[in-house]
Amino acid sequence: MDWIFLSELTVNGALTGLLYSLVAIGLVLIYKSSAVPNLAQGALTMLGAYVVLAFSHNLGWSLWIAIPIAIVIMFFVGMGIERFALRKLAGRPIVMILMMTMGLDIFLRGTTLAIWGGSSRPMNLGVTYDPYFLGDMLLSRIHIVGAMVALALFVAIMLFFRTRLGIRLRAISDDYLASWSIGISVERGVGLSWGLASIVAVATGVIWGEVQGVEQSLSLLLLKGLTVAVLGGLDSILGAVVAGIILGVLESVGSFYLDDIVGGGSRDLIVAAVLILTVMIRPHGLFGRHDIERV
Amino acid sequence: MFYRLSSIRHNSYASDRKMFPVPADRNAVVFFLLLGCAAPLLIPSLYLNSYVLPWLIWTAAVLGLNLVTGWAGQLHLGYAAVMAVGAYSTVHAARFGIPWEFALLIGGLSSSVIGSLFAFTALRVKGLYLALTTLAMQFVMDWVLTHSPTIAGGSHAALQSPTFALLGQEITSDAGLYYVAFGWCVLVTIFMLNLKRTGLGRALVAVREKDFAAAILGVNSFYYKLVAFAASSFIAGVTGALLVATFYFLAAPEQFAVNVSIQVLAMVIIGGLGSILGSYMGAALILLMPGVVNKIFSSVADLVGLELGIETLAHIPNAAYGALIVIFLMVEPLGLGKLYANVRDYLMVWPFDQLKK
Repeated sequence: MDWIFLSELTVNGALTGLLYSLVAIGLVLIYKSSAVPNLAQGALTMLGAYVVLAFSHNLGWSLWIAIPIAIVIMFFVGMGIERFALRKLAGRPIVMILMMTMGLDIFLRGTTLAIWGGSSRPMNLGVTYDPYFLGDMLLSRIHIVGAMVALALFVAIMLFFRTRLGIRLRAISDDYLASWSIGISVERGVGLSWGLASIVAVATGVIWGEVQGVEQSLSLLLLKGLTVAVLGGLDSILGAVVAGIILGVLESVGSFYLDDIVGGGSRDLIVAAVLILTVMIRPHGLFGRHDIERV
Repeated sequence: MFYRLSSIRHNSYASDRKMFPVPADRNAVVFFLLLGCAAPLLIPSLYLNSYVLPWLIWTAAVLGLNLVTGWAGQLHLGYAAVMAVGAYSTVHAARFGIPWEFALLIGGLSSSVIGSLFAFTALRVKGLYLALTTLAMQFVMDWVLTHSPTIAGGSHAALQSPTFALLGQEITSDAGLYYVAFGWCVLVTIFMLNLKRTGLGRALVAVREKDFAAAILGVNSFYYKLVAFAASSFIAGVTGALLVATFYFLAAPEQFAVNVSIQVLAMVIIGGLGSILGSYMGAALILLMPGVVNKIFSSVADLVGLELGIETLAHIPNAAYGALIVIFLMVEPLGLGKLYANVRDYLMVWPFDQLKK
């Protein structure tokens, strides 16, 4: 076995994994505050990318103006989704909440494609496609940039959780009844977390839009994001980052060996297997909180 | 005349537990049963086989999922995968020369076995995590179907189903195929109607409400979860096989992909969790809606003189389908079944509604 090739697979896998973490961070932000598994995060990612394109390509503005505008718009879209769709379902059985987010996923995808069309288009972020040489290893530049963004977002969110507003969010996540009783607006906190997750979705959409083009398949990132989020623990931001690296490496190295045996396309199989095994062995994930249920 | 509850007094538990405590309900069911039998005479065969037949088959599937999600309370996002197991094993058995009656049974049983694997996840986790695992299993099944030529009949291929036959008689006429679907749907409905009144049904409901509490009361919650998964998978398997045998005429992996699982769950939710009548209405709404919405949009666009692109028109039904789910969950989370129940409760006591409070 060629060690350079193996390490190249590992490093590229870890970088891709950090890009999956971007999706997972969005999921975790919402799950942490309101215990809602947001299956619409993939569709939000796609919507974020299309909104950026709507300003940069259709209106011809610079990408660096379009992204902040998209961030502001998506922040309110996220808040709006929480306000009008999810708040009414608080306290309902999980099957209804899941179905609601799945319905939102279908709705957002259908609406986005009905407005802007489904043909793939480039993001044109300005990152060259020339590989970056690290020793003898070939690395993709956009993946490096994306991994940096993921780590920067992680640090930013960690710092945010130390501010006054962030402490409120943490309190809500710990015990929403207690937070309510001391005068924290739980509704506003949950809305804020939806807004933040939508901002993360814009970042994810821009990076992944550059990696694979802006198209419908952006919403398929959901399964990988979910797997990463579950593996890391659904309420742990740190878990999302670590699990992203783990899943990326497993997927990249594993599919290299497995593809020969099963005849290609084993990436999705590995992701599904990781999800099933995590739930069967350690449902609360690597860093998640283990909730004990009362009868 | 209007007061449907007049002179109905139950003096024994047996009469209180009757399937239809109110004669008006029974009469309505008999009426619709007769309507179903006479449907080939009343409805042109094009509509019969392209709308009514799939509706009945999907209703059977929805009832099966309702058994595990609505009654036993176990989330299942891999229902289409279980249907695929039944469909493929039945078609393979039928191609092998086994009579269709046994082929359907083989399909149902093999679905039951695979479906029970899903139940072993339910032993370990529940709620959200169960949903995610079944979703992952759906992806595994999709992958297996698309990557194993022996099952799917070749890569990117569809498996031709032999002509459907019962008791040695080949069934090819439109009315014949319709009666097969109708018979299966009625059978599943009778099973589900009776399930409510049996100990099994009550045990499932106890498990749904709180499995630990049910265990304390002496209900073996894992056993009943397993039974629920196995029974619903059997229904799913036979339904999947009939879907291929009477409607699609060939089995392809895309017919049982993840979006189909979500669609069946959407039918269950929109119809109403644990509601039998709701299953019929939910399946009808989800199946008919895309065509209706497309017609409305294109005619409105014609009216206003707006030029809608083909791509836009292609995606509008999807957006409307998502919006339908969202709106239903916002307005009436218990679905069409609950809406009907509200109307029925009102009409039951109609002229004298002030008396019942």
